[in-house]
Amino acid sequence: MTIKTIINAAGRSVPLVVNNQPVVPYKGVGKHRPVGGKYSPPIPTCSDYPADGNKVVKSLEEALRKCGLHNGMTISTHHHMRDGDLISNKIFEIASAMKVKDLVWFPSASFPCNDPVIKFLEDGTINRIEGSMNGPLGRFVSEGKMKGTAVLRSHGGRVQAIQDGEVKIDIAVLVAPAADSFGNAKGTGGKSSCGVLGYAKADSMYASKVIVVTDNLIDIPCYPMEIEGNYVDYVVVVDKIGIPEKIVSGTTQVTKSPDRLLIAEMTAAFLEKSGILKDGITMQAGAGGTSLAIAVYLHQILKQKGWKAKFGFGGSTKYMVNMLEDGQMGVILDAQAFDLDAVRSVEENANHVPYPVFNAYNYHSKGNLTSMMDIMILGATEVDLNFNGNVVTHSDGYLLHGIGGWQNCLHARNVILPLPLFRDRIPVIVDEVTTLCGPGEMIDVIITERGIAVNPLRKDLIKSIKGSSLPLRSIKELKDEAERICGKPQKAQFEDKIVAVVKWVDGTVIDVVRRIKTK
Amino acid sequence: MIKKITTTGNAGPKIRSDCEITLELRQRGGIVIDLTSRVQTLYGESIKDLCRDIFKFFNIRNAVVKINDSGALSFVIAARIEAAVKNLTDSALEYLPEMNGENKYATTAGRLRFSRLYVPGNTPSMMINAGLHSADGIILDLEDSVAPGKKDEARILVRNALRQIDFRGAERMVRINQGNTGLKDLHCVVPHNVNLILIPKCETKNQVERVEKEIDAIRKKLKISNPVFLMPIIESALGIENSFKIAKASKNVVALAIGLEDFTADLGVPRTAEARESFYARTRLVVAAKAAGIQPIDSVFSDVDDMEALRQNVIVSKSLGFEGMGCIHPKQVNVINQGYAPDEAEIEKSTKIVVAFNEARKKGLAVVALGSKMIDPPVVERAQKVLDLAIRFGKLSQDWIKQIP
Repeated sequence: MTIKTIINAAGRSVPLVVNNQPVVPYKGVGKHRPVGGKYSPPIPTCSDYPADGNKVVKSLEEALRKCGLHNGMTISTHHHMRDGDLISNKIFEIASAMKVKDLVWFPSASFPCNDPVIKFLEDGTINRIEGSMNGPLGRFVSEGKMKGTAVLRSHGGRVQAIQDGEVKIDIAVLVAPAADSFGNAKGTGGKSSCGVLGYAKADSMYASKVIVVTDNLIDIPCYPMEIEGNYVDYVVVVDKIGIPEKIVSGTTQVTKSPDRLLIAEMTAAFLEKSGILKDGITMQAGAGGTSLAIAVYLHQILKQKGWKAKFGFGGSTKYMVNMLEDGQMGVILDAQAFDLDAVRSVEENANHVPYPVFNAYNYHSKGNLTSMMDIMILGATEVDLNFNGNVVTHSDGYLLHGIGGWQNCLHARNVILPLPLFRDRIPVIVDEVTTLCGPGEMIDVIITERGIAVNPLRKDLIKSIKGSSLPLRSIKELKDEAERICGKPQKAQFEDKIVAVVKWVDGTVIDVVRRIKTK
Repeated sequence: MIKKITTTGNAGPKIRSDCEITLELRQRGGIVIDLTSRVQTLYGESIKDLCRDIFKFFNIRNAVVKINDSGALSFVIAARIEAAVKNLTDSALEYLPEMNGENKYATTAGRLRFSRLYVPGNTPSMMINAGLHSADGIILDLEDSVAPGKKDEARILVRNALRQIDFRGAERMVRINQGNTGLKDLHCVVPHNVNLILIPKCETKNQVERVEKEIDAIRKKLKISNPVFLMPIIESALGIENSFKIAKASKNVVALAIGLEDFTADLGVPRTAEARESFYARTRLVVAAKAAGIQPIDSVFSDVDDMEALRQNVIVSKSLGFEGMGCIHPKQVNVINQGYAPDEAEIEKSTKIVVAFNEARKKGLAVVALGSKMIDPPVVERAQKVLDLAIRFGKLSQDWIKQIP
């Protein structure tokens, strides 16, 4: 069957219908302007709920049955339990036992611990996943084995889809490290503490039915209320919602690789010499080993100069917490805590503030936190000669990562991608990205161990570092060097069948992923 | 019976940028390639093409080759296959990858050798980016970091690395093995623009002469014009006693290095952090080197996680007269470079000397004095060298002279 496609504003061939729903092709950055009202879930009546506020039911199965679980529903979960998540898979075990078919799983991210859902994709319990695909799940989808078409969204794009009704959540199953019987819940406390529940807010507000699952039922009121009980239908108490050591790392670690450290050092030098780094800056860096090393270097420079970052946006780590506690950062706004120091800081420090992605990244927000950020450190699997970025597939064509907040973060003032020029033998800078996730006009600087390429659109940045000792190269020169070392790679081969679509932050389709050609 | 099957290279979950080759020569059946690669989609065909080309080069028509590849670059795969072929045949042919155009430079006897980065000779993943860390020299090591059974394949890998890897201006060094294995090493690597050979466990000047004679023969035969310098490593009590003779054994000896692990073992005492047990040997070696007009180079510092201890160690080393130190991890390079670079007091004194000299010349004075001290031309020359270094290490601005009131 051939699907009708059109060339979108990024020059990519995309379908007009996905999973039997019409979709809008990408039109350009900030061009899509939806009209009308926000989606609203069915209206509840408080007299339908227990007068004593006790919404606890016996089991997750009972809660799902009471929510009317049936064929074709959309089930949402958040990823705060990360690779220690013990509940998401259980939802589909229950559904499979109930012979429910064609569910849509709508997670904010999936992890290797979710690989067991492959069997529920195979037995028809789940039709498709609209969320990130990692490891074996990504291979499964790339090889065309999933019945429906995957839809990949950024964290902000997920909230956008919820708010404008592109995705209507039937049941949200939201685990919480602490909750009361009314459904108020938070990210700290108990044995499964994850610090912050920054990804649960929109789901709780917009789902038709909401189940809170906790292993730590506390007396009402559970506060501060990251999930408000007013939105919650049922509360389920289980022994364990997650495996603690897999929820947060005991400690996140700066990279030990000398090559990555060199990249981090060059990044810090670039930020200093270009004048981007100054007193009162705002910044965000991830939890990868190179990003952490950059945070350490920036901390040193700020301290040396007596400067202070106004605020940082988390994912928080101990390195950001160190800046906060050392006086080099005013406030941490935080959507997720990555390690134990970050969890402790959220609990103890009034200047470490939970801040849901609902507020930070959302296309339907009245403003965008990321566009207020001065320094944004991001990764990518590939970048091309036009500075376009790919984060979802590898050069061999397989889906291996989610978008996360990556697309949303591109709106920052200075988007810096510190990347190795090649990983093992695979060049990171290519002629054209395998999958387009972010348009090149939004990516400002690529920093590799063999040189720094500044986007020619950023004439101001190029001028600011003129005459510095930084190793500036054109992106073409970097690509040529990678190919001289690694050899020119062959291209991955695809069939026509579309296995996944990649949404831009506004809900339009920026690119697709096609089925891998296997011999 | 002649061996018909062999394995070279490395494979395993932690191995990167390498491959394992299992080669079996057959009587018939043509070339059969069984490739498993982490980069199959992107480089599968080119790996097979390379493989066929190598067999053609060695005139092998029937073979089964199993390649287990973890993202090895072509020159690595080629080295592994060549090593396998040579394990099974007595071919003297060499399948040489192209010489990187950036790699043809020569170095000078007096150049700086603050930092020399050791890279194990059979570990490709550590070679590829070795040039990025601003070491003065890169040592591809065929001696202690290569297992005895891997010497032959490491030699071929190092040869290919000398041709392909961009050393980015670092002095291209190889540490050869002792004795006859070392001479074999020379024949394999010297033709590929090695700037300096490290001679391990050197105890007598005869060892230096033997190495030099072999190198001379190779240079003459192949008409190599770039010099090949020598750095003997003294690692025993006898070596220390002979250090001046070793330093003077050839005009190509440009530095003497000391290896304290083996030296303390030879003394029969533990190596301590205070290093009192090696104080005499270190100062004796410094004096011998200086007397011979060459650079004394200190032993490596083995705790790669303790940067502060390394910094302190370099301060002591510099105060004893050493002019460089080996690095066993790239992150040591910067600490060592900065440590041997001129300090504030040296820089200040040197600027005064150069300024006084310029003033005197302007006034047409023949005799230059700074305060009550006369300044000779060699003093000015040395001061200028210090300032050049200070500029190079970012400790002095390029136009410092304009900033002086």
